Amino acid sequence: MKTRVPAVNGWLNIDPARPRLIGTKCASCGSIFFPRETTRCRNPHCGSARLEETELSPRGTLWSYTGAEYKPPEPYVARTDPFQPFAIAAVELAAEKMVILGQVVEVVMVGDLRIGQEMELTLDTLLEDDETETITWKWKPVAAVESA
Amino acid sequence: MVQEVAILGVGMHPWGKWGRNFVEYGVKAAEDALKDAGIAWTDIQYVAGGDTVRNGYPGYVAGATFAQALGWTGARVSSSYGACASGSQAIEAARTRILAGLCDVALVVGSDTTPKGFLAPNKGARGDDPDWLRFRVLGATNTTYFGLYARRRMALYGATSEDFAQVKVKNARHGLTNPNARYRKEVTAEEVLSSAMVANPLRLLDICATSDGGAALVLCSMEFARKHTANPVRIAAISTVTPVYPSNVIEMPNFSTDSAAAVAAPAIPFRDSIAHAAYEEAGIGPEEVDIAEVYDLSTALELDWYENIGLCPAGGAEKLLRDGDTTIGGRVPVNPSGGLACFGEAVPAQAIAQVCELTWHLRGQAGARQVEGAKVGISANQGLFGHGSSVLVKR
Repeated sequence: MKTRVPAVNGWLNIDPARPRLIGTKCASCGSIFFPRETTRCRNPHCGSARLEETELSPRGTLWSYTGAEYKPPEPYVARTDPFQPFAIAAVELAAEKMVILGQVVEVVMVGDLRIGQEMELTLDTLLEDDETETITWKWKPVAAVESA
Repeated sequence: MVQEVAILGVGMHPWGKWGRNFVEYGVKAAEDALKDAGIAWTDIQYVAGGDTVRNGYPGYVAGATFAQALGWTGARVSSSYGACASGSQAIEAARTRILAGLCDVALVVGSDTTPKGFLAPNKGARGDDPDWLRFRVLGATNTTYFGLYARRRMALYGATSEDFAQVKVKNARHGLTNPNARYRKEVTAEEVLSSAMVANPLRLLDICATSDGGAALVLCSMEFARKHTANPVRIAAISTVTPVYPSNVIEMPNFSTDSAAAVAAPAIPFRDSIAHAAYEEAGIGPEEVDIAEVYDLSTALELDWYENIGLCPAGGAEKLLRDGDTTIGGRVPVNPSGGLACFGEAVPAQAIAQVCELTWHLRGQAGARQVEGAKVGISANQGLFGHGSSVLVKR
């Protein structure tokens, strides 16, 4: 069995039962950061060093989306040859009041998406070799999740 | 209001895919600007270079590279990098040195030689560099961000692919006779709409290319200018603002926006704040603007800029375009040069080139594309990692 590792250390929980993005939260002012901020709270009126790990909401609404129709340049690594176009989503999290980018699961194309729809975080393979499977987060329409 | 500096000379090397060393383009642009100013290179007391990060060490120290190529004179030097905003960083360095009384006359130069295809990060794995990571983890190119903005614009304001195509049609027409433009050919809406899809909803002809090119300015104190010319074009303001936390619109190359959970988002979003700061500094309002050069990295982004620089309220850009207001001959022509649509982007030269174009119009020297009676012009641009860039000029 291959070793599963996150695409970026500390950015996500790769437990299939609980896929979550992991950010940090300022213990002083409550500001939330993703990607994780660990040195100093970036609220200029705060600046606290007390930043604690926090899981982000796994659901949000689609703020906007686009598609990668051509293979992106390195360091992107395509998993298929020929390259398969994919969609990229910007999803707004209500509680965190922030927008987070992610690829959209492979079966969902640009034409299947509409702004405002509910999206859910899921896990997928970014890269793979003989020993290691690198896991990333992707966004998936909630309707597709339910019918899957 | 702040004190003004004069634009004594402007010069450019034509944009293209020439494949030569970037220094050549910068030197040619500088020679033209000096000639236009009517002064010698040896008169320059300060050289401000806009850096290129794709041409090795000489590009990181562009100010010194240009000074050496023109012949060392002992002039003071600086080199600035602010991504697409590098040019205005260099202009600001020269302006502040003049206004501080530390020099009378300065040369600003930026030039670039670009690779083919998508702009990509420099080589080498860097797991803590968001610009590297966004390619690695998301496969997000620059066009990804342009596509997100364009789709959002369609959903919010009812913009259509036809509107986006009409921006390209307008700019292609504007640039037809511009000797410095790389693409000088009419483009039809059908050609845009049938070009290859790149970053849905944006197609190949909606997105600007990358180019080689160079631009230069000679800036001086008003006192120095009076010895050379009666009525120079003046810089009334330069905005190099950064965002205010929490910046809540997704910006290249980020994975996310700031969170507005603990602190409310600022009243003026970042891209609106860029020109706003220039207007405040100059004591001039957007209703006084006669001409604008904005950063049309994509056709859709040009429409965003109309609103960001205050030419119309949010959601009003499509009407402005459809009514012909932003076409030469209209109320406030935008990108009379042809914009990035006709130039392609030469990163450190572009913000300087915008000011060259505005200067020619304010002097009445823009030839067939002249915007008649232009007295006030504004440029707007933005460099990734939070670099605002706007220059307000008047005559």
